Amino acid sequence: MKSLKNHFSLIAALFTILFTIQVYQVLERSISSYEENLRANYSIVVIAASNLDEASLKSRFSLIRSAEEISPEKVIKRLEKEMDKTSLGLLRASLPKFYRLSLEHYPQPEEIDILSSQLKNMKQIKRVESFSQTHDQIYKLLLLYKGITQIFAFAILVVTLLLIAKEMRIWQFQHQERMNIMALFGAPIMLRSAVLFRLAILDALLSAALIFATFSFIKQSEWIEPYFKDINIQIDIFRYTHDGLMHLGIALGLSVLLAIMLIVNHKEEV
Amino acid sequence: MDKVIIANDLTLSYNNNETIINQCTFDINSGDFVFITGASGSGKSTLLKSLYGALAPKQGDLVVGGVGMKDINNKRLNFLRRHVGIVFQDYKLIKEWTIEKNVMLPLIISGYAKDVSEIQVQKLLTHVKLNHQLGKYPLELSGGEQQRVAMARALAHNPIIILADEPTGNLDDYSAQVIWNLLEGASSQLKTTVVVVTHHIPETMKIDYRHLHIEHGSIYEVS
Repeated sequence: MKSLKNHFSLIAALFTILFTIQVYQVLERSISSYEENLRANYSIVVIAASNLDEASLKSRFSLIRSAEEISPEKVIKRLEKEMDKTSLGLLRASLPKFYRLSLEHYPQPEEIDILSSQLKNMKQIKRVESFSQTHDQIYKLLLLYKGITQIFAFAILVVTLLLIAKEMRIWQFQHQERMNIMALFGAPIMLRSAVLFRLAILDALLSAALIFATFSFIKQSEWIEPYFKDINIQIDIFRYTHDGLMHLGIALGLSVLLAIMLIVNHKEEV
Repeated sequence: MDKVIIANDLTLSYNNNETIINQCTFDINSGDFVFITGASGSGKSTLLKSLYGALAPKQGDLVVGGVGMKDINNKRLNFLRRHVGIVFQDYKLIKEWTIEKNVMLPLIISGYAKDVSEIQVQKLLTHVKLNHQLGKYPLELSGGEQQRVAMARALAHNPIIILADEPTGNLDDYSAQVIWNLLEGASSQLKTTVVVVTHHIPETMKIDYRHLHIEHGSIYEVS
């Protein structure tokens, strides 16, 4: 029972760290997905005097993913009843070309400013509409959301690391006596530390398995999907191989580091 | 006769620089049974610590089992300790290990095969009359029984020296006598060198022994 309690304290600390990391991952993925949605819905409108070549635009501006011409036919059709054919023909011939530019990623305000001014420098381009005010507000909101998430994750990490440090002191106390006795009979450092490493590895495996089970359960739960669908976000809450291996690595790394620190700090009683 | 312990102008002190043992010279032969006595704080346990390498000589030379203790490295120290059996007043058993595993500790460290170790442990626990307790944990035994386990552990790897620091200090008369008998047996039957730090030499000793007394940092042979 006591042994289980000893295991539980480190497993709980490791589990908290891994859980925080995974929640942060989910938030990061949500933000990326939201950013991708914004990118897909965001475009710059360009008004040009003559036809623009999409290939040359893309080669000149790496931020531009595509340039799609906006047909003026809808507007012209509305005027069909009020204007004769000759006037409509003249109007059609004198109308400038409208283009919708889609971008590679959701841009920072500075990127938009640079792109706008570079586009304006082109001879054919008469006007650039970047909807920068709306874009700025959404982008700042996104940055705020990201910042709060990072601060929150950092705070939890600090608290759990303090928990681990406390756990380390308990471990030191628990293992010191056994390590001292083994040293009295000539056990080399690796043999003295074997139990410590075994415990550290076992606890790391258990905490990684617990995280795997927890997030597998959450991923497969029916109640979680609608939450994300409602805000038009499609993400993988837990990637079995990628996230599973990452958590195993972090848990093993932390617990083995903890064991090494104990061994380095170990002083034989005199 | 081979000298197992040689101390020459040995000075011992802790970090606070207060000298505990001051320029002492003595030697202990193979097979000797030696009592080290002295008042509390005289330096008996400090001297014993230096014999198993927990305290390095400040000055002078100390050789134990052919190993020089001055500036000894970990590898040499571990080698020496694999040939020494130690018994403490507070037993120093590993609480989370069974009696069997505690006794097996020196054999595990020395790399004995498991089956050989198990036979040896069984033999030793029978010798200390605890063969029926091997699955128990130290805290399930009485003080006297724990010290017998510690004795069995000290004998497990056939050490050249047994060092005992007040081995009967926490025991009742009967349990103390059992421990003295075991130490006498190790000396007379196994010809192991035994060095015991104690306040009182038991009157029941049946074998010849030497008596070193520590006073004011000096060591005297009491005849």
